[in-house]
Amino acid sequence: MAPRSRLHVPHPPARPGQEPDFSYLEISPAGAVNRPDITASARDIENLSLEMVRVLDDEHRSVGPWNPHLEAEELQVGLRHMLLTRLFDDRMQKIQRQGRISFYIKSTGEEAVAVAQGMALQPTDMLFPSYRQQGLHVVRGRNLVDLMCQCLSNTRDMCKGRQMPIMYHWGSGNIFTISGNLATQFPQAVGWAMAAAIKGEDRLAASWIGEGASAEADFHHAMTFAAVYQAPVILNLVNNQYAISTFQGFAGGEHRTFAQRGPGYGIPGIRVDGNDFLAVYAVTQWAAQRARASAGPTLIEHVTYRAGAHSTSDDPSRYRPKEEWQAWPLGDPITRLKQHLIVLGEWSEERHARLEKELEAYVTACWKEAESYGTLTGGPALDPLTMFEDVLKQMPPSLVHQREELRALQASAAKQPHSAPSVAKKG
Amino acid sequence: MARMNMVQALNSAMDVMLERDPRVVILGEDVGYFGGVFRVTEGLQRKYGEHRVLDTPIAEGGIVAAAIGMGVNGLKPVAEIQFADYIYPGFDQVVSELARVRYRSAGEFSAPVTIRTPCGGGIRGGQTHSQSPESVFTHVCGIKVVMPSNPYDAKGLLISAIEDEDPVVFFEPKRIYNGPFDGDPHKPAVPWSAHPRGEVPEGHYTVPIGRAEVVREGRQASVLTYGTMVHVAEAAVRLAGVDAEIIDVRTMSPLDVETLCTSVCKTGRCVVVHEATRFSGYGAELVATVQEECFWNLEAPIQRVTGWDTPYPHAFEWEYFPGPARIAAALKQVTEAA
Repeated sequence: MAPRSRLHVPHPPARPGQEPDFSYLEISPAGAVNRPDITASARDIENLSLEMVRVLDDEHRSVGPWNPHLEAEELQVGLRHMLLTRLFDDRMQKIQRQGRISFYIKSTGEEAVAVAQGMALQPTDMLFPSYRQQGLHVVRGRNLVDLMCQCLSNTRDMCKGRQMPIMYHWGSGNIFTISGNLATQFPQAVGWAMAAAIKGEDRLAASWIGEGASAEADFHHAMTFAAVYQAPVILNLVNNQYAISTFQGFAGGEHRTFAQRGPGYGIPGIRVDGNDFLAVYAVTQWAAQRARASAGPTLIEHVTYRAGAHSTSDDPSRYRPKEEWQAWPLGDPITRLKQHLIVLGEWSEERHARLEKELEAYVTACWKEAESYGTLTGGPALDPLTMFEDVLKQMPPSLVHQREELRALQASAAKQPHSAPSVAKKG
Repeated sequence: MARMNMVQALNSAMDVMLERDPRVVILGEDVGYFGGVFRVTEGLQRKYGEHRVLDTPIAEGGIVAAAIGMGVNGLKPVAEIQFADYIYPGFDQVVSELARVRYRSAGEFSAPVTIRTPCGGGIRGGQTHSQSPESVFTHVCGIKVVMPSNPYDAKGLLISAIEDEDPVVFFEPKRIYNGPFDGDPHKPAVPWSAHPRGEVPEGHYTVPIGRAEVVREGRQASVLTYGTMVHVAEAAVRLAGVDAEIIDVRTMSPLDVETLCTSVCKTGRCVVVHEATRFSGYGAELVATVQEECFWNLEAPIQRVTGWDTPYPHAFEWEYFPGPARIAAALKQVTEAA
């Protein structure tokens, strides 16, 4: 019989009810991968895209050429930022479950990516995150109250009630506004970096997307422009193994690593243990030095695991084994850095418990303050008439007209307490 | 007859068509094993297999383009774009390709693709999960554009769309997936089981594309609307105490001019309602059509009630949403005009 084609459909290693299976994951021993010079050409360091840069070994020591040799104090700061990010996430998820915010996205299990990278970059570097890098805000010293107020769409909301929760921005902190549309920020970061190079600045841009979103054409645009113009940009692909329900094989991860896409464009690709704080820090530092030296862009694949649901609208027990997170071979980034500090003699379980308590109390205090500026259902509220602002810098006559129409409707609704709620003011 | 909500009715339409026609395939993000983020494709992959119901990479341009290729090669793809707000990466493939394959090849090639996509607000989805971009697509010649307002129509129209030899963009107002919504978010949710159009035949039937429906007869004014706003208009008519006729447009393109204009010529007064933004919205097309066809019968200027010309704001969705009060005010305005 003549051969016939047959459609290949990727299959995840395990479904609900099955044993977790991460045998597909190729993991290099800690310290095993070489650290090339920052001026190396993409073609000479292709091995970095196949292997996995790791610094922390199984005994929680830091080993090998990628060891960034950070002071204990810096490591403690990193641990604190990661822990705070996790506690903040946990609290906001609970608050969403209570119906007090409409939506939330946690970064649990991948805190090292945003935190170590944020720490390895300069505060003047421009960040174009996706929606799971809240750790960047934490590293840059953002008051959690600001983030909470955004989630609450209250009177202190930086987005003035216009965006869903977690779609933060921070102009003075050099963090771009998050889009709900996937991958759009990736090529924008390249454009920002091109502008920095045109202006001859010492600043670089960094951007993040998930492995799922890397299927969008924007990924290709980013890589092509970054390669063509050798833009000072760090392109981070956070491979947390899942889009919403589809595993990384549906983004093209079955046959090649995501980092290997880099060399195809002439961009170094580095695959890193995304749950190894030190390794993430080290590769970011390498890529940043490279960008600042006009040696070009870098693609970093962070191999990590999305420990929680995609968002509060998702239920991962429908599509993956519940036990996967426990079985994840690269562990928990917070536990690993904690153990490392303990091995160094710079930390203890008691200090950790104390820190956790302190940060819990801080999160609670922040939430109390944030709520005082209004919630979705009560307290002081933003003026709905502000929705007409910022569509354009100068409000066009048509919008002035529409704003007045709403104002009149609100005035008449206020006079008739039983009128339709579509124009009723929030209490 | 079975009781179905809109999600179940749409699921049933695809089930019927997968069963009847081996050319039908479903594709989209999370539609396979998971059954879709709104559960519209639940169980279909289990029943028909991975070659009929395909999970795809996150790439709307890729989804539409692959559907075109499949359509050209004899399949009848039904592509889901998870939210209408995410359709734009596939826009070039819709506008420059899907809508033109037949024309540019003088009929030698065609791609009978259905693109299903949830639209509209009222679910606290903010600006990237609430848009109603129907007019962006009605402006493109070479595709049909449909938006049902109830489970019965949803199933019948989706079967028609899948059976159609031309591409159809099929908008699903997500606010009414589980029940009709009259514009008051503070009232308890009403299920479709309590609504006559929640009665849906289990098997095959069609609701024709290109036909509007009079959902409420009236003498004093005509309300032209579609999707979620059909139910909001019904509430507005009660609120205003006006004996208005309500027309569910159902198919935006091609438009059933006759049904619309027969009504407006009868009542002489017209209000056009949609959730989408006003400027260059689909309402402008309706108003222009009514003006051309009914000018000598009109007793008052036609009114448009729409979303404001801003992105859909998360915190102010009910101030943004063109609720019953605004529609009732417009009804009063057209009926009280001399």
